[in-house]
Amino acid sequence: MNVLFFGIARDIVGASELTISDLIKNPTVNDLKEYLIAKYSDFSKLTSFAVAVNSEYAKDNVPLERNDEIAIIPPVSGG
Amino acid sequence: MEKLNIEIVDTIDTSNVYAKLSHAHSGGICVFIGAVREFTANEEVVALEFETYKAMALKEMHKIAEEAVKKWNLNSVVIEHAVGAKKIEEPVVIVGASSAHRPECFDACRYLIDTLKERVPIWKKEMFKNKEVWVSAHP
Repeated sequence: MNVLFFGIARDIVGASELTISDLIKNPTVNDLKEYLIAKYSDFSKLTSFAVAVNSEYAKDNVPLERNDEIAIIPPVSGG
Repeated sequence: MEKLNIEIVDTIDTSNVYAKLSHAHSGGICVFIGAVREFTANEEVVALEFETYKAMALKEMHKIAEEAVKKWNLNSVVIEHAVGAKKIEEPVVIVGASSAHRPECFDACRYLIDTLKERVPIWKKEMFKNKEVWVSAHP
């Protein structure tokens, strides 16, 4: 699945979009978060980070579908 | 009928906000403008750089505006945020509300900016002379 990265999350993975093909089957938001923390330890240093599915904040138990637009949302700092 | 003016822009134009908020049923209009400040914790900031996840940011800004309209019975709302590099004293965000009387638009205006800062996917990088820092990223 394709995942979009913004702000410091983009700096951590070194790309604004990644195709992730080695996630477990029928993954949830929480599985993706754990995958990213395991692969890129700098995610665990962030204050927090959220996952957006189809441009809405998604809770940890939300299942991820292949065609969803998935984005990693590090702590926001607008204004 | 209320109107929502929600935008992500390259440059904030503060001159046309009254036209967007003025309304025959509004006796009060309140506006907040956020700008680039020169110092953060005594360190000199050269510039700020903003980026956004635009589709989601617009969606969240709409939700916030609709929440405020419902809660304070507003006649009109403005939420605009700038992206890209911004220098000292440049405006980066403008929010405003118009209502029949002033208490509602004052309260709504604070809600609009406070909630934007909590929820809208926009990120700010502070550029100092010798380093760059993503704001709020780390505890």
